[in-house]
Amino acid sequence: MSLVLIVLVLAGIAYYLGHRRSLRIAGGRIADLHSLPGHYAWYAALLAAGPALALIVLWSIVSPLVLRWATIGRLPADAQALSGPRLDFLMQDVARIAQGLPARGDVTPGLAQAGAFYGSLGTASTLLLWLLVLVLAVGGIYLALRWIAPDLRARNHVERVVRYLLLAAAVISILTTAGIVFSVLFESLRFFNRVPVTDFLFGLHWSPQTALRADQVGSSGSFGAIPLFVGTLLISTIAMLVAGPIGLLSAMYLAEYASPGFRNVAKPLMEILAGIPTVVYGFFAALTVAPFLRDAGQAIGLDVASESALAAGGVMGIMIIPFVSSLSDDALTAVPAAMRDASLGLGATRAETIRQVIVPAALPGIIAGFLLAVSRAIGETMIVVMAAGLTANLTVNPLAAVTTVTVQIVTLLVGDQEFDSAKTLAAFALGLMLFVTTLILNVVALYVMRKYREKYD
Amino acid sequence: MTDAAPAPDRFSRLRARPEGFEERSKALTARRYARERRFKALGLGAILVAMALLLILLSSVVRQGYGAFWQTYVRVPVTLDAAVLDPKGTGDPEVIGKGNFQKLIYEGLFGLFPEAKARPERRQLTRLVSSGANLILRQKVLDDPSLVGTTRDVWIVASDEVDQFMKGAIARDAPPAARPLKDGAIAAIDRLEADGRIEQRFNTLLFTQGDSREPELAGIWGAVVGSFYLMLVTALLSTPLGVGAALYLEEFAPKSRATDFIEVNINNLAAVPSIVFGLLGLAVFLGLFNMPRSAPIVGGLTLTLMTLPTIVVATRAALRAVPPSIHQAALGIGASKVQTIWHHVLPLALPGILTGVIIGLAQALGETAPLLMIGMVAFVVDAPSTPFDPSTALPVQIYLWADSPERAFTERTSAAIMILLAFLILMNLIAVLLRRRFERRW
Amino acid sequence: MQGETALNATALALDPPQAARAAEAGPKTAPKMATRGVKLWYGAKQALFGIDLDIKANEATALIGPSGCGKSTYLRCLNRMNDVIEGCRIEGEITLDGEDVYDRRIDVVQLRARVGMVFQKPNPFPKSIYDNVAYGPRIHGLARGKAEMDEIVEQSLKGAGLWKEVADRLHAPGTGLSGGQQQRLCIARAIAVSPEVILMDEPCSALDPIATAHVEELIDELRHDFTIVIVTHNMQQAARVSQRTAFFHLGKLIEVGETDQVFTNPRERMTQEYITGRFG
Repeated sequence: MSLVLIVLVLAGIAYYLGHRRSLRIAGGRIADLHSLPGHYAWYAALLAAGPALALIVLWSIVSPLVLRWATIGRLPADAQALSGPRLDFLMQDVARIAQGLPARGDVTPGLAQAGAFYGSLGTASTLLLWLLVLVLAVGGIYLALRWIAPDLRARNHVERVVRYLLLAAAVISILTTAGIVFSVLFESLRFFNRVPVTDFLFGLHWSPQTALRADQVGSSGSFGAIPLFVGTLLISTIAMLVAGPIGLLSAMYLAEYASPGFRNVAKPLMEILAGIPTVVYGFFAALTVAPFLRDAGQAIGLDVASESALAAGGVMGIMIIPFVSSLSDDALTAVPAAMRDASLGLGATRAETIRQVIVPAALPGIIAGFLLAVSRAIGETMIVVMAAGLTANLTVNPLAAVTTVTVQIVTLLVGDQEFDSAKTLAAFALGLMLFVTTLILNVVALYVMRKYREKYD
Repeated sequence: MTDAAPAPDRFSRLRARPEGFEERSKALTARRYARERRFKALGLGAILVAMALLLILLSSVVRQGYGAFWQTYVRVPVTLDAAVLDPKGTGDPEVIGKGNFQKLIYEGLFGLFPEAKARPERRQLTRLVSSGANLILRQKVLDDPSLVGTTRDVWIVASDEVDQFMKGAIARDAPPAARPLKDGAIAAIDRLEADGRIEQRFNTLLFTQGDSREPELAGIWGAVVGSFYLMLVTALLSTPLGVGAALYLEEFAPKSRATDFIEVNINNLAAVPSIVFGLLGLAVFLGLFNMPRSAPIVGGLTLTLMTLPTIVVATRAALRAVPPSIHQAALGIGASKVQTIWHHVLPLALPGILTGVIIGLAQALGETAPLLMIGMVAFVVDAPSTPFDPSTALPVQIYLWADSPERAFTERTSAAIMILLAFLILMNLIAVLLRRRFERRW
Repeated sequence: MQGETALNATALALDPPQAARAAEAGPKTAPKMATRGVKLWYGAKQALFGIDLDIKANEATALIGPSGCGKSTYLRCLNRMNDVIEGCRIEGEITLDGEDVYDRRIDVVQLRARVGMVFQKPNPFPKSIYDNVAYGPRIHGLARGKAEMDEIVEQSLKGAGLWKEVADRLHAPGTGLSGGQQQRLCIARAIAVSPEVILMDEPCSALDPIATAHVEELIDELRHDFTIVIVTHNMQQAARVSQRTAFFHLGKLIEVGETDQVFTNPRERMTQEYITGRFG
């Protein structure tokens, strides 16, 4: 950390020196320079800090791996044979010994030796890094000052760096997607090594916590995800049954009937629903709606589970209303006014115009909006974690408790878990399903929407 | 003008009206208007239903939560006995700090009820005050060691049962088995009330304390600090990255397949469920890079990836709103592309960009699911002092408290929700004002 | 049907034949539509300053004038399409066969069935050709059964001179036609409910010359059966298709008269300057 600060200070010095140098070679006639003095200053600063910072980043990624690899070689043979989390634990102890902290496990002489080695190697590595970085930074300043000349195209160089930095920022989004795909895919593949894909995709029984037989695959439970898929669909369907009509009808009213004043008030109010954190909806569903539904059910002689799909789905529907309504509103208002005029000019009422002309014209946009809303419902986590059940019932009864993909991901991963168990890995497999499903829905929706926009542009 | 003079009955079929049309037409028109009115009412009804749902949601939170801003205290004459706290008279905070303050509080309480001699009766009395009240008293004494050896009336935090009883959440006439307070305790409360020794005061503990197993001592300070660090990390990372990406795509990117791909990618990332980002954080930041569990730095990194698309989309919209004429004017006088953007485009687009950043951060502030994945659900009492310490966040605290069965926690959950919503409203308000203030029309 | 003679001037039911006959039979001076002192505001901005104009039956009346002169706004008053626009306020009297169209007893939906409209840009619905034409008769309940509707659609398309071109693909989308065909489809759609008056708002401005010629021919045919009001910025077109011409400028009616007279011997200087291209 302090090294980074030193590099930045050096870059500051480089900036100052570069600025002065450029003025001197110009002899007070800045017009003779190719670029402005500021560009030369930045040029020097970049040359000083760039390579040095790059080295620091590279070093901080590579050196721990090298250190670890070298230290493992020095460990006693039995420790070397360890794998996975056990080895990780041991290595953490080695690191603690090297820092002079008490180890959490037993300290064998071999371990102490490895700790000392680790410590000294680490110190050496840090020293080397400092040296290299300082050389690079100072060297950068020296070279920059030497190279600065009236015909040096400093601005072009600096601007190229800016451009690459911006490109790097844009590429982060790709890296994120790649990160999601690889992390989820990799762990899922490990899961599918233990539990066959077909068992996972088509199995009707989900109980990852209890082993039914000792020799069972994964030996920690059964992983048939169908009940989760059905539960997710059930809750999403309920949500869409609430959000679809309310959202679409209110969009129609806002787009076609409402006065601008009413629209300016009603639209932001609807948007508030979208801005409320999902954990608040979860709280509302679990502590207000679910008990209310249970009591209401009791009053009319229905058996409503206290974690009924209806409560979770209904509240999720409320959350999605603004989503449906604002996307439908966009689609409806994108229909050209000429279409509206033509219908009204023929003596159609507003309602006839909306139902028979505007909605059919806006249908692709509305459908795309619904798809996005469904994708949102499927991926919603907190409401179902707080208000839906934990046990996987294979049922489509909205009054019963069902569980969802997201609930199971949370249950499997929250709390202390062994990182390698089939249970943990199952969460990633579920995450993969979730990612793929929402991705497909989203891609289809965006495609439909794009086509639709082109139609009226 | 045309040779073919139209036959006089060319439009006879169009002019013709079906049998009995005139009578039916009236009825039909009436029906059409009725349908029109129904449809309009349906639309208005849908909006009103949505508003009503919003109102129910908010009012249920407020109804359940406003009580948490008040806390019951009991005035107990506590003898800060030097023989117990500091027998050697050292005045050393370390010695005093080890004293049994809880015992002193209980003894003060027993002093108010001299007739309660038997153990069961006394146990009822000890349940009147919070079992964590000693910590607050201890802090008070440590702040002012001269208190040692004196006897004074101290307002002691009441237990959550007493608090709930005072707020009417525990019914007096409920069957004894169904209420946590026994008859003896209720009688004691009545007497304290008659003596003016019990009252409700503004609950400062809610704002100054971290999490606690005792609802009456549980506060949101730790979560607020955790959320602050989360936002700090997220803002510091996502703003330059998001704005940079948007600048590249909008101003520099050649129209190519690669940039098209980046664009589609960003749109799709915006729709990836937040929990999947949590999985990414778990696998990459915790699994691969061995970063500390439960720490705001990891949460901030995860939320950064999540907020990026929002910021990129908003920034691009803001950049696009800057008219091309400004570009051309700057380029026309010989400014380079970077200079044009830096000197002219960015300043004009800044309000829009800031609005996008604030809205993205507001989303991140309310996000819970990815934080669960990276272990920010641990029970953390102390506020983190750096982004690398274990911590919770405001929405996670809400989730944790919502899970606790005590009525007093439900109350605090709602209070925490109100505070979270207040922060969100504040952020959105700033965004709206920013937009208003700088709204520019070309 | 046509033999029925019950003549009720205030009846608002859709009975254009009688009304049309009445107008034809009446003295030559009784106008189909008349406006007196029509003033119109969009919010605070006044767009029309007291327009007095008679529109005679079975004639094409052209409204000309530079853009922004209020001719389209005036046109949209005649079937109350301005009702749609937020903040629009109208004063004055507009009558159709002597009835005030802004009267509270007038039903705007039925008014628009009697006074149809064709717009500047062809705007077929995203439906089939058949459904485009059948839309009006369907909502107004003009046909009982498919056979009657088929007849109406066929006669409308024939009336718009489009039948031969689309007879074999009635169920193809109307948006797939060429611009000129689309505009004729819109005209077919308008005449399918048999309006008494057809308002045309620059119907050819989005069309190429050949399609324009088709539509102009059609307008000339249609005026034998309908009363036509056409807004155009093209003076040649006004001269070709209309019998009467009204010249608007800055929200005022400057001059109105027989088309020949207006174009060859205008009474007002301003009209003269406009038609000779001095401003526009």
